[in-house]
Amino acid sequence: MNELRDLYQEVILDHSKRPRNFRRPGTVTAEAHGRNPLCGDTLTVFVDVENGTIKDIAWEGHGCAISTASASMMTESLKGKTLAEGNNLFEWFHRLLTAPPDLGAPAGPLGKLAVFSGVREFPVRVKCATLAWHTLKAALERDANPVSTE
Amino acid sequence: MKAVAPLDVVRVRRDFPIFERTVRGKRLVYLDNANSTQKPRAVLDAERRFYERGYANIHRGVYLLSQEATEAYDRARARVAGFLGATHPSEVVFVRGTTEGINLVASSWGRANLGPGDEVVVSEMEHHSGIVPWQLACAAAGARLRVIPVTDAGELDLDAAAAIIGEKTKFVSLIHVSNALGTINPVEKVIALAKRHDIPVLLDGAQAISHGPVDVQALGCDFYVFSGHKLFGPTGIGVLWGRADRLDAMPPYQGGGNMIHTVTFDKTTYAPLPFKFEAGTVNIAGALGLHAAIDYVESLSWDAIRAHEAARLSGCLDRLAAISGVRFQGHPEHRAPVMSFTVDGIHPHDVGTVLDAEGIAVRAGHHCVQPLMARFGVPATVRASLSFYNTEEDVEALAQGIEKAIEVFRA
Repeated sequence: MNELRDLYQEVILDHSKRPRNFRRPGTVTAEAHGRNPLCGDTLTVFVDVENGTIKDIAWEGHGCAISTASASMMTESLKGKTLAEGNNLFEWFHRLLTAPPDLGAPAGPLGKLAVFSGVREFPVRVKCATLAWHTLKAALERDANPVSTE
Repeated sequence: MKAVAPLDVVRVRRDFPIFERTVRGKRLVYLDNANSTQKPRAVLDAERRFYERGYANIHRGVYLLSQEATEAYDRARARVAGFLGATHPSEVVFVRGTTEGINLVASSWGRANLGPGDEVVVSEMEHHSGIVPWQLACAAAGARLRVIPVTDAGELDLDAAAAIIGEKTKFVSLIHVSNALGTINPVEKVIALAKRHDIPVLLDGAQAISHGPVDVQALGCDFYVFSGHKLFGPTGIGVLWGRADRLDAMPPYQGGGNMIHTVTFDKTTYAPLPFKFEAGTVNIAGALGLHAAIDYVESLSWDAIRAHEAARLSGCLDRLAAISGVRFQGHPEHRAPVMSFTVDGIHPHDVGTVLDAEGIAVRAGHHCVQPLMARFGVPATVRASLSFYNTEEDVEALAQGIEKAIEVFRA
């Protein structure tokens, strides 16, 4: 039960039930669609970037608690950040999810995002947690191809 | 009705070494049998014995080991032929699995017989492996794929089938038992519709094969395919059975060694059945393992297996239906012990993870039936699928796991 509580922490459950920035912004400079064909998760990430800064970021879609909470918390963490800061955060986030569970979680600049450390006990769920991030990356790289985690 | 000696599930479970291990510190509750089945010791021993004591390639050596291996492989083929009710072992082609079996027929039969304007009929509940090979064959020939719809109960719409199968139909490819809903399809009725126009019928037996006896003569189909790993046998071995005249009329699927009679650069002639369809070195150990699996299953008696599974299925359906928020997709009248369901407010993937933490293995996802998922308006479901080694304790563990998921997400 402990590893379950570590995975489904209250913050994650809260964001999965009441996702933040769940909308299409008025101005969109880039967007991309991502899906995880394995479980049917699908989402679209919208960004409004001005002078290398993420002025607004939002998303729409549906999926499991982990992918929904991750998308929601990603948008909260990135609003107002520069693209370089965003990239750095994704690197730390990825490191957090893939670090061996018996080691301490590398927190770095992750802040609230560190609640996803419980995903390490369930490696098949890493894709759920990173779907929104990979989709954002595709949007920023203006990749016309839909993102797939498979 | 004659009384059936009940299955001694405690003794049966001892035949499966995997049940000696724990998962995440819990007793293993394996409810993903529609995906793949566990292996009894007899299957493991058969493969190991072959590799340790009897290994050589078949059909090629002049030496004793090769001769013994060839005879063992031939015996496996004859065993499968008897198991399915084939008229002759040469009607049994060893393939990698159901998927390869359907691809073989779609590709080879399709190439020789499909043309513009022709129609191939499948159902809305086909596994992707019963859809995509026919899409490829139809695209190559300019033919069209027609789909028998599925009712809300998760059953074939037979009236629609009667309207769809007609003059333009050239082939019918149908799943015998649904891997997602458990529906046992009235395949005899569909075959009767096809036979009015002398249309060949392939049955995908991947799910049916582990839940009851299959007699291809009684069914009246032209092709039957299944995978060894869903019948407690090894992965990488499967069976395509076809009527000799149908198989004979089909061009080879793959070219290579073993499938030829003579080869020159001007003209190559092909080996007779079944070798025409077995190019290259085959999965010999897999065939021997499958032979052992069939022996094992039949040693338990189908009547006992069916009675045990029916009891576990109805117990499971009743127990889960009593949990508020559990919704089943489909409620077919005739059903193998396979059920798809969702839990209100919890994504199937999250249900699957909570169950995993309890040592319970289920499948969460689209089960390779995306069109059927779309039909029921869900992107994914949780699927629990039982086998003869599952107990009432397993069913109770599943129910309590789902209740735990509801508790976690109610927070």
